[in-house]
Amino acid sequence: MYQYNEVDQTLVDERVRQFRDQTKRFLAGHISEDQFRPLRLMNGLYIQTHAPMLRIAVPYGLLSTKQLRMLAYIARTYDKDYAHFTTRQNVQFNWPKLERVPDILADLARVQMHAIQTSGNCIRNVTSDHLAGISPDELEDPRPYCEIIRQWSTLHPEFAFLPRKFKIAVSGAKNDRAATQLHDIGLYLITGEDGEIGFEVLAGGGLGRTPVIGQVVRPFLQKKHLLSYLEAILRVYNQLGRRDNKYKARIKILVRETGIEKFSALVEKEWQSIKIGMELDASEIDRMKGFFKAPQYKLQPDHGNLADAEKQNSEFSTWLQHNTVSHKVAGYSAVYISLKSPNDPPGDITDKQLDTIADLADRYSFGQVRSTHRQNLLLADIEKSKLFDLWQELQAQNLATPNIGSLADMICCPGLDFCSLANAGSIGVAKEINDVFDNLDYVHDLGEIKINMSGCMNGCAHQSVGHIGILGVDKKGVEWYQLTLGGSSENKAALGERLGPAVAKDQVVEALSTILNVYTDKREDGERFLDTVNRIGITPFKKQVYANH
Amino acid sequence: MQIIKDRQIIDNQWHHLADGETVNSNYATVSVERWKLERDSLRTDMNNIGLRISPEDSIEDILDDLDYFDLICLDFPAFTDGRLFSTARLLRGRYEYNGELRAIGNFIRDQIFFLSRVGVNAFELQESNDITEALNGLNEFSVTYQESSNNNPA
Repeated sequence: MYQYNEVDQTLVDERVRQFRDQTKRFLAGHISEDQFRPLRLMNGLYIQTHAPMLRIAVPYGLLSTKQLRMLAYIARTYDKDYAHFTTRQNVQFNWPKLERVPDILADLARVQMHAIQTSGNCIRNVTSDHLAGISPDELEDPRPYCEIIRQWSTLHPEFAFLPRKFKIAVSGAKNDRAATQLHDIGLYLITGEDGEIGFEVLAGGGLGRTPVIGQVVRPFLQKKHLLSYLEAILRVYNQLGRRDNKYKARIKILVRETGIEKFSALVEKEWQSIKIGMELDASEIDRMKGFFKAPQYKLQPDHGNLADAEKQNSEFSTWLQHNTVSHKVAGYSAVYISLKSPNDPPGDITDKQLDTIADLADRYSFGQVRSTHRQNLLLADIEKSKLFDLWQELQAQNLATPNIGSLADMICCPGLDFCSLANAGSIGVAKEINDVFDNLDYVHDLGEIKINMSGCMNGCAHQSVGHIGILGVDKKGVEWYQLTLGGSSENKAALGERLGPAVAKDQVVEALSTILNVYTDKREDGERFLDTVNRIGITPFKKQVYANH
Repeated sequence: MQIIKDRQIIDNQWHHLADGETVNSNYATVSVERWKLERDSLRTDMNNIGLRISPEDSIEDILDDLDYFDLICLDFPAFTDGRLFSTARLLRGRYEYNGELRAIGNFIRDQIFFLSRVGVNAFELQESNDITEALNGLNEFSVTYQESSNNNPA
């Protein structure tokens, strides 16, 4: 993974010093609340219902074990012994004290981490495919480009006060696992007509209140022009994006109101003026690639005898089936660590679990861990013969819940329990769903179902792209839940369709059961839930759910 | 009052003329609006003219006139409005304006490092700021990742 040099280290150290000074001036009353807000947000610090919330950047989801142990230390020292992984591969702490945040940032800087631009109206932490570098369907590893973008966007002086937040994702595989089309800028590594690998550039995607799927701004961009093209898009957005209404300030609204053709023309015009002189050298790209070389895989890895182990232990077999994924190198697997244990809020992890995972990653997976969009972790490089041992150790720490990709692998925002924006207690509803659907055989029989649940229309849990989306809304002080079906953040990205009127909190689980019954009734051989919805439409589901209303 | 210019604290010699206010001194700035309307008379009446640009102004309108200005002010309506950061880069780089480029209005001390990087070389801070302390803001970072006006034109 990327290793800081002296420049990188100096920058994060100076950032800590800057924020320490800003915090001191704020606490002394020299900076107003209004002035401090964007400054603290650009360091990932929110003021929440109970306490500040600090969001820490995990660039494109990659963590060393040293960093993981630091997160465990921070959870113990400054928080209530746990951390929370987000849908953008980052980490949040829910209980830090404002005056201690500079100390937390200083501790993070010691392990090459920071909270720069994890919030605020600026370019956010760049995200990517959690299977980057190991997936058989990959054209090229996107992470070197992510790191190039991370550095370019970090403390970019021109784009620190944008109309609204700005998110970039890069995907290099055939199957999009980075929700690329739902980002302000989405980049797909593709092969051009003459065989050269470059980028397809999308803009104007985004979730939140008005979900929109991104459109192609440029069908092919040479790699060397990556930064000038990004700079051109950002400059057009910074100058023309709406600032009169924060709900209309994202680039998706600008693209929609301008029209994709005119928007692309504006970008192209700006780009022509700046592209010369901003080219990425091939040597710079190669240098970055050097940081993401494959680890020293064994030439003849031990495949072990998984079939025997599966026969002897059905729990292991279930876990193997659901929580591992194929690897491009024969004899290796990637292993998901589910952070969706039925008894804990989705994405939460204790300091002890963080330490355990760090130890396991050191022993089994070349000392690295990845975070995923679905709020789970991944050990990317496990020799197959070690899977049984690893499973046993994960099991002991409640980290082997075999529910990846199932309905129990819900994405859920912190909701009313923590967030000052929320209308609904999404964590509570998630718990109810888990309590009712506790029969693993049934859950596994349902196959892949992505449930995303947000506690308010800001949509942090991306409910509009959930196969089943659940959105908490407030009606005269009472929690109601709006259901959508058929959303997807994959290659054929789609926004879920509204099933009908919102249902009361105590009806959510029943409605969900009905939806699942319709699915099991109507599905054809091997058909996923999403495919059934796409084939038969939402009407059959609607009829059943509202049959008694 | 005092301002920061080229990393020094100096006395401000400029006056900002409101639209309609009588011209009675050199070293006065006018809005883009007024400049467009009174260009010729202003040039006759004044030796040193400054221009105030706000984010709503289209700089294309004044590109041919840049040589007339000894000072261009970027007038921030709110510190969170980042459009003038792009304006500064374009003025310095693409349009090769070499005179004083000054931030005025509702920007804050914590922006002056970024502003200096996009080519702003003078800062007229609001009175509540400790200007000596604000000078430290120019040195918040000794390293940067990207090219900008202070090391490469736009």
